[in-house]
Amino acid sequence: MANDIVKPENLVYTKTKVLTDNVMHYCPGCGHGTAHRIIAEVIDEMGIQDKTVGVSPVGCSVLAYNYFDVDFQEAAHGRAPAVATAIKRLNPDTFVFTYQGDGDLAAIGTAETIHAANRGENIVMVFINNGIYGMTGGQMAPTTLVGMKSATTPYGRRVDLNGYPLRITELLATLPGTYYVTRQSVHTPANVRKAKAAVRKAFEVQRDKKGLAFVEIVSSCNSGWKMTPVQANKWMEENMFPNYPLGDIKVDGKIAEGIDANRLVVSAPLTVKQ
Amino acid sequence: MAKELKLMKGNEAIARAMIASGTDGYFGYPITPQSEVMETLMAEKPWETTGMVVLQAESELASINMVYGGAATGKKVATSSSSPGISLMCEGLTYLAGAEIPCVVMNAMRGGPGLGTIQPAQSDYFQSTKGGGHGDYQLYVMAPASVQEMYDFVFDAWDIAFKYRNPVLILTDGAIGQCMEKCYTRDYVPRWTDEERREKAPWGTWGKPANRERNIITSLELESSRQEVFNQKLQKKYAQMKEEEVRYEMLNCDDADYIFVAYGTSSRICMKSMEIARAKGLKVGLLRPITLYPFPSKQVAELAKKAKGMLCVEMSAGQMVEDVKLAANCQIPIEHYGRFGGIIPTPEEVLEAMEQKIIK
Repeated sequence: MANDIVKPENLVYTKTKVLTDNVMHYCPGCGHGTAHRIIAEVIDEMGIQDKTVGVSPVGCSVLAYNYFDVDFQEAAHGRAPAVATAIKRLNPDTFVFTYQGDGDLAAIGTAETIHAANRGENIVMVFINNGIYGMTGGQMAPTTLVGMKSATTPYGRRVDLNGYPLRITELLATLPGTYYVTRQSVHTPANVRKAKAAVRKAFEVQRDKKGLAFVEIVSSCNSGWKMTPVQANKWMEENMFPNYPLGDIKVDGKIAEGIDANRLVVSAPLTVKQ
Repeated sequence: MAKELKLMKGNEAIARAMIASGTDGYFGYPITPQSEVMETLMAEKPWETTGMVVLQAESELASINMVYGGAATGKKVATSSSSPGISLMCEGLTYLAGAEIPCVVMNAMRGGPGLGTIQPAQSDYFQSTKGGGHGDYQLYVMAPASVQEMYDFVFDAWDIAFKYRNPVLILTDGAIGQCMEKCYTRDYVPRWTDEERREKAPWGTWGKPANRERNIITSLELESSRQEVFNQKLQKKYAQMKEEEVRYEMLNCDDADYIFVAYGTSSRICMKSMEIARAKGLKVGLLRPITLYPFPSKQVAELAKKAKGMLCVEMSAGQMVEDVKLAANCQIPIEHYGRFGGIIPTPEEVLEAMEQKIIK
């Protein structure tokens, strides 16, 4: 009987066809599912499902290929930008995107990330930053804030012991090969809409062969942070966003309006709220 | 380039054969003694003729993973390096083997361990045939002994790589990479059209048309029972290689009492040692494994039934000798003679070793 109301004129929400029916393995409260969905919607809306090849990382989203109904490759830890480079160069008519976490993209894969960006590879890189290694059980990531607790910084990250957090997105914005660099989040409906518009823009940059498009999505990891989903979103707003400010950093190959050049040079360590 | 007789370096032959065999892409990083491969490709500019893509990567890690990405789209993608660089590529090689991606990799071996020397050696036999990376996997390993074979084996490597969906390693050394010899080039094999690729690599990831399921390239399987089934499938493939793809050359083995077993540069030295021995009235032969994996074990076992002894000559501390001993199964004495650290033995010292260790 409930199906009686499912009529085209009543339909306000449905699963995009670019996602499969597989049940996601992500923890309740995690941003991956939403990030997947907006990418899939963009692929669908641009009509490029038959031309898209995704590259998944090692980390929580290692199994991303189970959820996107497009051709997919699973890369070794950190190597997705190198993998994507060759897919795109050998198949210039395809749309290629990588989907990577902070450990994959900004620690073990730093060289591949920087060089793919600096060559101006015509690919989209989606970077999920939750400040932690989720899959292996919440160890310190390059993006873990000073003072932030993790499995390998149980008393909080210390600069003298662990070094500084890395703001790789600002760093990539300074390279001539990047054309569009932005930081978004998916923790509220308004932010989801903004993030989707950013993903759309990134794929359009690839379509127009302008260079590398980079979308960071700051995400919570309530399991790794040991909080409820609601607490984690609040903690993210209070601690992550001041250090990882949302918004466009580079647009049309130029540093975005309102971005103070000083922000591109980190002068003080990124720290949790005291 | 059509059929011609040309004088060229082994490294140059690899590069020219890649272009002529319809290779779609090459991704590399400079390292002595094989940098001429990429230098030749960059000078030839095949992207303007055959459409082949050539890119200098930021590291061997990146170049082998570019091979992974490109080859997983069903295209013919290759790289080359030398020992320290191949060590860096071993992660990529095990992923390529685990995801069953065909590709061609050339190693112009130099002496090690560590940074070692830039002079030729054959000390990566274990790395090439027994793993290198982690997990139960095998590369198909070919060992050219001349510039001509460097050229020809690239063509053969593509056939094997796609027949078995497996990486092929052309294992040579700095001497063959650097030396100049005459080489017959071949008529160009055109690069595959998209239609040919769909037919020959239906598993490739180049965009999912409406009429097929998505293709996924991965080496991950979290369910142990399924991973075991996959491992068994790989082992079956390797067993088929052992049955059907072993290559070797035998010289003067029919009446030989004493047999050299050597590959690549060492086999060239042993040919001369054999000539000197025959002139002295010693019945010496040579078994040259051309494939190091699969190894010509049956041929060693057959020869061990009638010969009196074998000397395994390698520019290493003795690696292939273990496979020769296993194959001969204690039927006759098997000894090793090796120089290493970049030293190539002389024919005279090799024959002397045969006389002292085997003939006595």
